[in-house]
Amino acid sequence: MSENGAPTPEEMMTIAAAREVKDRQVLLVGVGPPNAAANLARRLHAPDAVLVYESGAIEAKPARLPLSIGDDDLAETAAELVSVPEMFNYWVGAGRIDVGFLGAAQLDRHANINTTVIGDYAHPKVRLPGAGGAPEIAASSREVIILLRQSKRSFVEKLDFTTSIGFGAGPGERERLGFTGAGPTVVITDLGILRPSPDDQELELVAIHPGVEVDQVREATGWPLRIREPLERTDPPSEQELSTLRELRAAAGRQA
Amino acid sequence: MPRSTELSLGDAVAEHVHDGDTVALEGFTHLIPFAAGHEIIRQGRRDLTVVRMTPDVIYDQLIGMGCVERLVFSYGGNPGVGSLHRMRDAVENAWPRPLELVEHSHAGLANAYVAGASRLPFAALRGYAGTDLEHGGAVAFVECPFTGQRLSAVRAVNPDVSVIHAQQADRAGNVMLWGLTGVQKEAVLAADRSIVTVEEIVDELEPRPHAVVLPSWVVTAICPVPGGAWPSYAHDYSKRDNVFYGEWDAISRDRDTFRAWMDEHVMAASAVGGDR
Repeated sequence: MSENGAPTPEEMMTIAAAREVKDRQVLLVGVGPPNAAANLARRLHAPDAVLVYESGAIEAKPARLPLSIGDDDLAETAAELVSVPEMFNYWVGAGRIDVGFLGAAQLDRHANINTTVIGDYAHPKVRLPGAGGAPEIAASSREVIILLRQSKRSFVEKLDFTTSIGFGAGPGERERLGFTGAGPTVVITDLGILRPSPDDQELELVAIHPGVEVDQVREATGWPLRIREPLERTDPPSEQELSTLRELRAAAGRQA
Repeated sequence: MPRSTELSLGDAVAEHVHDGDTVALEGFTHLIPFAAGHEIIRQGRRDLTVVRMTPDVIYDQLIGMGCVERLVFSYGGNPGVGSLHRMRDAVENAWPRPLELVEHSHAGLANAYVAGASRLPFAALRGYAGTDLEHGGAVAFVECPFTGQRLSAVRAVNPDVSVIHAQQADRAGNVMLWGLTGVQKEAVLAADRSIVTVEEIVDELEPRPHAVVLPSWVVTAICPVPGGAWPSYAHDYSKRDNVFYGEWDAISRDRDTFRAWMDEHVMAASAVGGDR
């Protein structure tokens, strides 16, 4: 990744996610690409987007990308600091988040998420970090944006463990479970963009990123992937998007 | 009402943390009581049930040193870095001993502490429904007696002892912490006993925005341990050592490297002050 080089797939994913953010939206941000996407959006087209970190920082305005969601820069720049129970009860659970960003180790066709284990729960091949804030962010945010790299290992026919609900088995399930939010409206990967079908909430490929072919996306999906016609092509990152993202990361001193 | 007592960290751990206890070391990224965790390791406590929303490096160390039988948690990663390798090794390979997991979401465990602090048997929230987390035994479902809504319920957490790090205590034994205050108030109020390590003891606590004050009659022991949150941080006293959190990935990946690091930096150190 040279300073003037072409965007990496991961940069394209982050920039595509930033474009989904609308000004003045209240965003719940975790670490990694969502953190970069939300902070990038604030520096570009959404200066008044509100960043909420589950550590308790509300309206944080970090000057650099924080490594953890509890970095001192967040606490120092936040308009309000609240306890963790208050964060989850009064703010997340009460539905005050417009957009919750989530990542995943595994995702299924109805945008349900696994961040718990790969393999059998009692004897896992890989023990992942677990739920964190995701189940309630997925349940109660007005909408959810999911970011993850796309491969047969991550886009699976059946999750090894259901940590957080997207659309469950399909239409009506979120309502039956008592969830207030609309669920995932978009899944952004390093290859393209997927959105739930208005008919049955199954994820459909709606756009592919520059340089990506449809067959590549099919091959990176563990179920027969539906393509929405006409399939769109993601605009390549602008000079400004790319340089702003790279400056953000350089200032953080490491990939955040 | 009994008042808090000022003790050395070594004496506080010896007196209040016993083999087989349920112990909560809390601090959500900020104010993690690392020095106290290290003292528990040095004193060789065994068969602990440890509770913490984010096990973080501190529980990676306790688990890797064989102190832990059961882990109650909601997010077991190294924030912004990756895996907790000692926790993974215990779960995946039972090294150095098998590790039993009781697994929550953040909202679930935060509310379990709220119920514990309130001396209620459970807390209700929206969430968990439809997930595999509901099958772990820590969660059940209840019907709201007023609206009939189906809500998830989490069993209260009431540790034998909770351990936190704070910026200040005063000479009368009252404690004040500020910045991101996490779930520490609930952890202390949910527990039978509490140990608070502090950056310093001052004549008088000065009111501050976003501060949590724990009066001396809800705190058991206070231990002056400046730097006791490293590599976590204490707002207005220190910065989070993000470089060390990154380095921990390589230190903890290999069993021998981990043991060598612990021997040099924890086992050989004394309980006076921070470890670095």
